[in-house]
Amino acid sequence: MNKIKQILLATTIAIGCVSSVSAAELTVYTALEADILKTYADAFNKDYPDIKINWVRDSTGVITAKLLAEKDNPQADVVWGLAATSLLLMKSEGMLEAYAPKGVEKLDPKFVDTSTPPAWTGMDAWIASICYNTIEGAKNNVPAPTSWQDLTKAVYKGHVIMPNPNSSGTGFLDVSSWLQIFGEDDGWKFMDNLHKNISRYTHSGSAPCKLAASGETTIGVSFAFRGAKSKAAGAPIDIIVPTEGVGWDMEATAIIAGTDDLESAQKLVDWSITKTANEYYNLGYAVVAYPGVAKAVEHFPANLVEKMIDNDFEFAANNRADILKKWANRYDGKSDPKK
Amino acid sequence: MVNTLTPPAATIKPKLGKDDWIQRAFMFVIALYLFVALALPLYAMLSKAFSIYNFDLTKYEVQISQKDGSYPNPAINLNELNNDIGLYSETDLISDANGRLRIAKLFTDFSFRSTVKYKFRALNDETSYLVASELKSGNQWVELDSNTFRRLVLRPHSGRGFDNFTSYFSRPALTQSIKNSLWIAVVSTIITVTLAFWFAYALARSKMRFKGVFRMIATLPILVPSLLPGIALIYLFGNQGLLKSFLLGETIYGPIGIVIGSVFFTFPHAMIIISTALALSDARLFEASSSLKASPWKTFWTVTIPGARYGLFSAAFVVFNLVITDFGLPKVIGGQYNMLAVDIYKQVIGQQNFEMGAVVSVILLVPALLAFAIDRRVQKKQVALLSARSVIFEPKPNRFYDRIFFAYSTLVSIFIVAIIGVCQLAALVKFWPYDMSLSLIHYNFEIMDGGGWSSYQNSIILAILTAIIGTVIVFMGAYVVEKIKGFQTGRALFQMLAMLPMAVPGMVLGLAYIFFFNNPDNPFNFIYGTMIILVVSTVTHFYTVSHLTAVTALKQMDIEFEAVSSSLKQPFYKLVKNVTIPVSMPAILNISIYLFVNAMTTVSAVVFLYSTDTALASVAVLNMDDAGDIAPAAAMGMLIFYTNAGARILHTIVSTQILKRSEKWRRTE
Repeated sequence: MNKIKQILLATTIAIGCVSSVSAAELTVYTALEADILKTYADAFNKDYPDIKINWVRDSTGVITAKLLAEKDNPQADVVWGLAATSLLLMKSEGMLEAYAPKGVEKLDPKFVDTSTPPAWTGMDAWIASICYNTIEGAKNNVPAPTSWQDLTKAVYKGHVIMPNPNSSGTGFLDVSSWLQIFGEDDGWKFMDNLHKNISRYTHSGSAPCKLAASGETTIGVSFAFRGAKSKAAGAPIDIIVPTEGVGWDMEATAIIAGTDDLESAQKLVDWSITKTANEYYNLGYAVVAYPGVAKAVEHFPANLVEKMIDNDFEFAANNRADILKKWANRYDGKSDPKK
Repeated sequence: MVNTLTPPAATIKPKLGKDDWIQRAFMFVIALYLFVALALPLYAMLSKAFSIYNFDLTKYEVQISQKDGSYPNPAINLNELNNDIGLYSETDLISDANGRLRIAKLFTDFSFRSTVKYKFRALNDETSYLVASELKSGNQWVELDSNTFRRLVLRPHSGRGFDNFTSYFSRPALTQSIKNSLWIAVVSTIITVTLAFWFAYALARSKMRFKGVFRMIATLPILVPSLLPGIALIYLFGNQGLLKSFLLGETIYGPIGIVIGSVFFTFPHAMIIISTALALSDARLFEASSSLKASPWKTFWTVTIPGARYGLFSAAFVVFNLVITDFGLPKVIGGQYNMLAVDIYKQVIGQQNFEMGAVVSVILLVPALLAFAIDRRVQKKQVALLSARSVIFEPKPNRFYDRIFFAYSTLVSIFIVAIIGVCQLAALVKFWPYDMSLSLIHYNFEIMDGGGWSSYQNSIILAILTAIIGTVIVFMGAYVVEKIKGFQTGRALFQMLAMLPMAVPGMVLGLAYIFFFNNPDNPFNFIYGTMIILVVSTVTHFYTVSHLTAVTALKQMDIEFEAVSSSLKQPFYKLVKNVTIPVSMPAILNISIYLFVNAMTTVSAVVFLYSTDTALASVAVLNMDDAGDIAPAAAMGMLIFYTNAGARILHTIVSTQILKRSEKWRRTE
């Protein structure tokens, strides 16, 4: 980062067109939805106009991979909006700068890392849901499911799409939640049965819902935020909360150890847990870290919050590699066409 | 070795002049480029494939207390403990960089509610473990109660060995991809080469009308990313597809889709190679055949096919290589059908398992290198078919055959135009299939994943930089190989390096670049995450074809030019500037348009290397499709198509102008 900055600086000076650069710039890695980044950055700049955010956005899998790949030579200053399970992985690699942001005690403790000072702080919960296309459902005679177990019934064969947990954070939270809801053995049994009905696994977590919205599939296992967005855009879908409960993960914030500008990074993280910030998170997420902020989100199912499972993040993070390997061995590429 | 008795004049060695030194410095720079941009990254990747991770239980010790908290028993090594109860076998302890091992299982009477306490330590500072996600290491004893001890996990040790390959071949889900990739590549090759042969045959050997239009349409697929046919196939044959019933209940997501899409994007490559081969045929052979009263069928098998066989071989290998190394198409339309190139992406991006990604890369290199090596051998056997006495074949009109060929070429052209057309339609429809009204909403890339409109700008910058820098490097390299005298070994080695990129899949190159350039000890580390690394990887990825084009052009120039120039005591760069470059101008322009178009469409060479500031249009197509935003992906894909088409038209205009002006000498007055 330093060298690039030096070179960029040198070139700017050399060309002789020194533009008005903000006092500080932070490289912020994120897996937040692309359409919300500008809103967050603008809101932050209202309070801190001197700190410019340079976003690096990609899916959870990609950003996690990128961060791990850059372990010895971190390019990011801050991670703002990445799955807590991924941040736990970074923490165990010693990549996070522990920091207690100002006012951290006001957050719901569930949303704060257990170490003192915490390595990361949560922003909001992103919650699994089923997107069900009512038009295609009627056309294909596929009734709306009410539970996860419903999806294993023969009537859904070939009508369900879910994200591949190996590349998608949403996919992984589904799998880890099923293992927690049904227990390890029954969880895998459930997935064996579900696998028979899945028409394909997508690489991204929002794709199943978007594909349900466009009628490419009848049912997409995705997350509530994406479902609400598609519904607002006019898609003929219902967002269904399965009765057994739904998996979720936190979007969380952390400072990368070795940042060039710790002071600005801390300012950003301070701001990221303020009440104002949480009000912005609430635009898309029904559950946020700051108690008392959350208001109902349009098109969100009413019982979504109470159906959130008691998620064991440490289980998810420590068993991530094993679960993914087992999942890949069982389902990835096995649905090979008849030989 | 100098014999003082004989006069030194006996061993005349030309003295190296200033010119030669400049030339050698030149050669050194270009060779260094290929070495740094190709050989070293590939080496870094190979060594990554052999870097392994496993849990080394011998490095940890534990001491268990009694219920009252006293420690009467001595500490035990975890390895001994494991050997006693035989819980983990050696293969169980193989892991990847992110592997974690819970050790509570080693203690048969462990209960997290028990009051028993545990003292734990690693035997050296390099060995680390986690207690409740907290990283610890070193030989300080850490005392934990049972509940916390449950949360103690080990981190893997790194080492070297073949374990990654063992573990790869023990996983049928992964090895299945080898069969899938070979199968798809073989089937696509047979179909494409057959289709392209008859198309090229129609162009070369019939008198059908509109040949120019057909030729133009047949080369259109070169202008689009390989993902685009995948997107078109979704709209044509997907669950809401226009022609879904044509598939008779089969799904387009899988081998069918991959093969159709592969035929689309490899067709022009095969067609151009076969056309060249068919053009080089001697009309006298056909005359001889017909005067011997051979049937057209017999003539076809005894004259046409043998004459074109090297072209057919070459086309087959090129198509095979393109298909087996392509990543975009199977990613979009492959569904659950795994292929090697997609596996690399999944291992690296999805599972963050870089070692396994390197292993799959090495495996993908094998068929690609093999196809490349066979092709090289076959090409060497080719002898000149055209001699000075050859007569260029001129087809005679034949109404029956001409009509059949016209119908055939029309069908192929409709297939190509339909694929591109449906993408444009999809990009303009508001909400397929529920609201079919037209709108430009999908061009609002700012709210999509993939980097918005700036990714399109970046792609143009990348394409222009690649075209300019690439052409300069390639041309200089070709000049070194072709025109510099002496220094045989160096030149041969250079030629070999220049041929290598053809056999290296883009994904493999990209992954190799991560390993090599993201290493903080690498002096070139600063280019990581910038536009420079994208330019370098793209130039290197498309080096071989450009190099061959330049070498061919330079070969056409008589070596006497150099001799005359040096006898006139002119420095070589004057010759290059005043003669070589102007004469090679058509080739130079061809190289730049080739590099431009490929830089616009490539996904595989850059997908691991772009950063937010350097997001690219082709990658945006991939990412938008990935996120389920298929219509915007089609919109961006079409934008790439129009840009490339525009560049091609510009190229044609500039070429003809320059040829007119600077090449008057070519035309005999």
